[in-house]
Amino acid sequence: MKFRRRAQQQEEHVSLPGMYRVGEPIRDTKAPEGPIEERWDKRRFSAKLVNPVNKRKLTVIVVGTGLAGGSAAATLGELGYKVKSFCYQDSPRRAHSIAAQGGINAAKNYRGDGDSVYRLFYDTVKGGDYRARESNVYRLAQVSVNIIDQAVAQGVPFAREYGGLLDTRSFGGTQVSRTFYARGQTGQQLLLGAYQALERQVAAGNVEVHTRHEMLELIVSGGRARGVVVRDMVTGEIETHLADAVVLASGGYGNVFYLSTNAKGCNTTAIWRAHKKGAHFGNPCYTQIHPTCIPQSGDHQSKLTLMSESLRNDGRVWVPKRKGDGRAPGDIPEDERDYYLERIYPAFGNLVPRDIASRAAKNVCDEGRGVGPGGLGVYLDFADAIRRMGREAVEKKYGNLFEMYERITGENPYEVPMRIYPAVHYTMGGLWVDYDLQSTIPGLFVVGEANFSDHGANRLGASALMQGLADGYFVLPTTIGDYLAGAGTFGPVEEGDVAEARKAVQDKIDKLLSVNGNRTADSYHRELGRIMWDYCGMERTEESLRKALERIPELREEFWNNVKVPGDPEGLNQALERAGRVADFFELAELMCIDALHRTESCGGHFRAESQDADGEALRDDENFAYVAAWEWTPEGPVLHKEELNYEYVKMTQRSYK
Amino acid sequence: MNLTLKIWRQNGSSDKGRMVTYRVEDVSPDMSFLEMLDVLNERLILEGDDPVAFDHDCREGICGMCGMVINGVAHGEQKLTTTCQLHMRHFKDGDVVTIEPWRAAAFPVVKDLVVDRSAFDRIIQAGGFISVPAGSAPEAHSVPVPKAAADAAFDAATCIGCGACVAACPNGSASLFTAAKITHLSLLPQGQPERESRARAMVEQMDAEGFGGCTNTGECTAVCPKGIPLDTIAQMNADYLKAASK
Repeated sequence: MKFRRRAQQQEEHVSLPGMYRVGEPIRDTKAPEGPIEERWDKRRFSAKLVNPVNKRKLTVIVVGTGLAGGSAAATLGELGYKVKSFCYQDSPRRAHSIAAQGGINAAKNYRGDGDSVYRLFYDTVKGGDYRARESNVYRLAQVSVNIIDQAVAQGVPFAREYGGLLDTRSFGGTQVSRTFYARGQTGQQLLLGAYQALERQVAAGNVEVHTRHEMLELIVSGGRARGVVVRDMVTGEIETHLADAVVLASGGYGNVFYLSTNAKGCNTTAIWRAHKKGAHFGNPCYTQIHPTCIPQSGDHQSKLTLMSESLRNDGRVWVPKRKGDGRAPGDIPEDERDYYLERIYPAFGNLVPRDIASRAAKNVCDEGRGVGPGGLGVYLDFADAIRRMGREAVEKKYGNLFEMYERITGENPYEVPMRIYPAVHYTMGGLWVDYDLQSTIPGLFVVGEANFSDHGANRLGASALMQGLADGYFVLPTTIGDYLAGAGTFGPVEEGDVAEARKAVQDKIDKLLSVNGNRTADSYHRELGRIMWDYCGMERTEESLRKALERIPELREEFWNNVKVPGDPEGLNQALERAGRVADFFELAELMCIDALHRTESCGGHFRAESQDADGEALRDDENFAYVAAWEWTPEGPVLHKEELNYEYVKMTQRSYK
Repeated sequence: MNLTLKIWRQNGSSDKGRMVTYRVEDVSPDMSFLEMLDVLNERLILEGDDPVAFDHDCREGICGMCGMVINGVAHGEQKLTTTCQLHMRHFKDGDVVTIEPWRAAAFPVVKDLVVDRSAFDRIIQAGGFISVPAGSAPEAHSVPVPKAAADAAFDAATCIGCGACVAACPNGSASLFTAAKITHLSLLPQGQPERESRARAMVEQMDAEGFGGCTNTGECTAVCPKGIPLDTIAQMNADYLKAASK
């Protein structure tokens, strides 16, 4: 219990001089009271309904077309609302949900192995290191079963048993088999299901999809979210779109690290603009580092590729026992290998949660026992699995992942163990939302990875797809109705509010194009990413975070004085798009570091080196930090609003996977 | 390694377009093809030139956004590989590499290597779905699907909508794309109620978009990064004929 912080020390960092202020706590998250299993039913009944005739007169904007945005837009269209959907890609089907490999959790208990809604709820709260809301997570677990029904009815080709029933597998950090999958392409198949549902609504005239359009500003009028300013990326035209409510489903912000498993276009602009217009940002420092990614091969690296952690079901993770052992893996005898996850965590072995597996990999590499270029890698070995199951069975289960690995590295994992290393993968933080998924701006709803809810400080494997679809198909379409039922009183959108939002967009574009300096936006992005990875990555310290907080504003200043963005505001200008996103990443990066600095405990994906137990495990400080940090943007600096987390059902324990 | 690139440059759909030659030096064999173009673009920006526009997003071979014709082959010569997954170890020092956009009447060029593939979305809109509003679905295990059918449906469903099939086809046909979706849904029990109307509507939309007809040359499946088999087109034709003969 060394390094444990006490209450009075908490007071000290509240006054991290000039960095932030503490504002009023958040007392009401709008979750219904009563037994947890009845809360969602209660909310569904208490939510006001919109008359079908009126729905046609109400417009909802949905930004993003991934699992959350695509399913939300499709469902709102089915319900009869007029929906305008936006994505920066050339088709809604490209959204990055498509890259999720492993699967989707659902508490179906088809295996009879002791799973239940309650267990999925419990596992998710525990996996999130007791930093998620009970009410939200319980609802997520309840709705999970409907998602599978919905997807199957849409024709999503999940893996099946010979009897024709759905197959499931156990996945990262759980001991029941509740993960449904479609080979290694579960995200793709679920997204295509949502995409097809969306296109069906386009054909029905209920949804307009605006592809190659990027949201650059939120329009707030009369205290409500009433529209967006977007740039048509083909013509360069700045457009205004007004609505009765706005839904952001723009995904996570892992690309603040430059290198991540996110798609190249993934960015924070939509949520960051909304944040600056009044939406609180929840737990920005909670980032997930995925343990099984293909290591970086050189400075040209533009992104990192994840290998599904389902591989950990059969692959064994190891490094040489000896430092700097340069032998080929096949030449290292069994007794000179350290299967460190199995050694340290005998109960869970290779299946420990992501944060633990990632940090363990970093630790062995820091000890000088890493493998591959730069010693930044560990082996994931299938030799035993091939012996046990036969090559054919391994191929059936993981064939496409093995192919992908070989395509990228030029090495054959059937013969040489894979090399893996952790990479930024998911951001648990995001815009703060209440039980209804509404942000602190009335009429602005946030779904999927873009919001902060449900996963606490660490997301379990196969839970991102579950949350995205739960929000989009089932939760938002109900709760947004309660808000829209009052649309009659919203009044017209003030012209001044629209003009102000448009001007902000125009000014930023003009400025970026006028600097005409000596460095590209990408080179700044790389440098920012390096700062974040080194100082606000897998392991954070007060010293490292302070260093980042010095360096980020300096670099941002340089960016605005020395970036070179070629071309015109008109027409397709990909360099301009990138520069605008980098500018917003700079601002977000600073808030992430402030959040990480103020949270002196370790929890889930947030590991503060000062707060660890004698075994080097993350040490929470429930007395002082059992709250959601909801940050308000003000011109004078961030203001922290704490939402206290109360656990009525789940017993808070120090996580142990030993 | 050092390479000579001949890249199609076209400033907007009304521009005539031309091939422009660039030199790239010190290319690492571990780079992806797109990373090699990133390096070129960084240089062009600093030299005050217009960087080459190309589509890309996930860079792990699944989103279907990237695609260019490399040395005359859609996505390049590596089999079952998208452009973003093509690595420079397959090239050698001194190579001359030509890079062009997808060329098809139904895919107008937006800029340089970027084309407009929205016709694919409209084919899906015509019927590439099973009509099931959220919340109305029956219990998932109420409809068992024989494993063989589920697996075959999956094989067809892996299409990423990149458009390489169209670019490779001498007729500019979208048959493989359209057939992949029709096959995916018509092999499943859930897809039966709309099977014929789907086939008819999707095929008609494909024709309306200006894609050419299929003459069984098989170039589409040869370049398909997901290996969608040619016999999906037979399935499409069978479903369409059945629908049309009613």
